Amino acid sequence: MIKSSPLPTGVTVPVRDEERKVSNGGVQEGLVSIGLNAWYGRLLAIRNINIHFEPKHVTAIIGPSGCGKSTLIRCFNRLHETVPGARVSGQVLLDGKDIYSPGTDPVQLRRRIGMVFQRPNPFPTMSIFDNVATGIKLNGGMKGSRLAEIVERSLRHAALWDEVKDKLRNTGTDLSGGQQQRLCIARALAVEPEVLLMDEPCSALDPIATMKIEDLIRSLRETYMIVIVTHNMQQAARVSDFTGFMLAAEDRAGELIEFGPTPQMFTNPKDKRTEDYITGRFG
Amino acid sequence: MSTYATRKATNWIMLGLCGLCAITATVALIAILSYTIAKGAPAINLQFLTSLPQPVGETGGGISNAILGTLLLVGLACVIGIPVGLLAGIYLSEFGGHRFGSVVRFTADVLFGVPSIVIGMFVYALVVIRMGSFSALSGGIALAFIMMPIIARTAEESLRLVPTTIREAGLALGIPLWRTILSIVLPGALTGVVTGIMLGMARVAGETAPLLFTAFGNRLGFQGLDNPVAALPLQIYRYAISPYSDWQSQAWGAALVLIALVLITSVVVRILTRKRR
Ligand SMILES: Nc1ncnc2c1ncn2[C@@H]1O[C@H](COP(=O)(O)OP(=O)(O)OP(=O)(O)O)[C@@H](O)[C@H]1O
Ligand SMILES: [Mg+2]
Repeated sequence: MIKSSPLPTGVTVPVRDEERKVSNGGVQEGLVSIGLNAWYGRLLAIRNINIHFEPKHVTAIIGPSGCGKSTLIRCFNRLHETVPGARVSGQVLLDGKDIYSPGTDPVQLRRRIGMVFQRPNPFPTMSIFDNVATGIKLNGGMKGSRLAEIVERSLRHAALWDEVKDKLRNTGTDLSGGQQQRLCIARALAVEPEVLLMDEPCSALDPIATMKIEDLIRSLRETYMIVIVTHNMQQAARVSDFTGFMLAAEDRAGELIEFGPTPQMFTNPKDKRTEDYITGRFG
Repeated sequence: MSTYATRKATNWIMLGLCGLCAITATVALIAILSYTIAKGAPAINLQFLTSLPQPVGETGGGISNAILGTLLLVGLACVIGIPVGLLAGIYLSEFGGHRFGSVVRFTADVLFGVPSIVIGMFVYALVVIRMGSFSALSGGIALAFIMMPIIARTAEESLRLVPTTIREAGLALGIPLWRTILSIVLPGALTGVVTGIMLGMARVAGETAPLLFTAFGNRLGFQGLDNPVAALPLQIYRYAISPYSDWQSQAWGAALVLIALVLITSVVVRILTRKRR
């Protein structure tokens, strides 16, 4: 499935849809990484990642713990570089523009690329309402009924509205772990990003809430580009259009072993290591 | 080899010693408070709180100049010391990972340890000599220097307790770093920051030495920021070493007022900041 791309560097980038390549005047739509490396100090955490996320598609990233999945998606909203001593090299293109070019403002970029973290991290001093509204308010946003509407819609999307509608003024940290995670999902949705990066959003959720979140992902797929890191194979198979499998090399640097349409990855993987991991024959 | 009995005995002895020390500390505080109340309360009445000191030899008179002076000096110290200390604390916790950060941190710790009388002398040389007179302003500056490192270091420590993931959550929403710090991280550390400010205020409210060469003291009311001003600790010091028994009992009264002021401010501030949450 890997073909040469029309990008200047001549690096191979996975491209799936024939028409997509040229749908935007030759500019590749979506989120593309080319030769992406990321370090924590001396530790090379991910090596030479070439991956392509398409608009209106869900891409799942799977792989064993510590292989660099979180690190990878944190490179896409430039959060990785906020860690002291952390460094990135390579290119990441959003709709053809390098997000690591000197002209890109990471703050503007992060408004377009939302993120749900691996561990729920609601703002501890804020009410449930404010947790969801803050992204809009602090970005110079709106007030009043329009804001309340967006908060309600975001909470409904995140399958949390019914549980919190009577206590919007309580602090977010009073909620259960799973509720907090859904609050964080609502918070990310409220600012209406174009891309949603989700780092194991369901790891703290029960099957019902998980199902609701998966429904949400399927409905968001109509408009957003979604990247979801998951340890749950069934979930990857259920919600994603494409799947990437990562594995840490000998030196602990994570590499993208295989990438392709989800059905093919799960039924007919090309790489022996992918097959071993998916069938559970792998540590 | 220690037997069970001896280990048990050691345990009891150590526990007893710890308890004894804890009691000593509490007893000291209670003794100071009750002694001050016993000696000071008789001196306190409306006139004492609201009128100026009488000339030497005449009885009566009050300490209104010193109460106002202390409020003014601590207020000035806050106006200068809180912004500088708080911003320095934010700098240290959010951006202080580099060499310059450790230099600033070390300097703050040293400044914290500098005897307050030395700070008074420094401000005397820096401000009083240049202005040509003792002044309320120089007193406020001296107290601000004492306050700054306390506020900066406690603010830094409490900001550090706010988890990194909270900062990341703010940044990931496309909120600029400065907004994230001011609107999300700082409220999370508010209790600690306020504690630091209160510690700083309580500390400088009772400082006498640095005021000797700066605010100097004044038996009249407020005469402008560029003139000497009275302060409770100064007045206590002068009255307590005087030979007049009337002044000595006024010193006790002033001491009680000073303690009460510090307590009331910290209680009020605590209540106000708790409501904000
Ligand atoms: N802040 C950090 N500082 C230093 N090293 C880090 C940091 N965060 C992650 N690492 C290292 O980078 C590597 C990849 O970590 P990462 O969190 O990306 O893994 P992951 O695939 O998301 O794992 P998991 O499935 O357990 O979440 C690991 O070896 C980890 O030890
Ligand atoms: Mg992870």
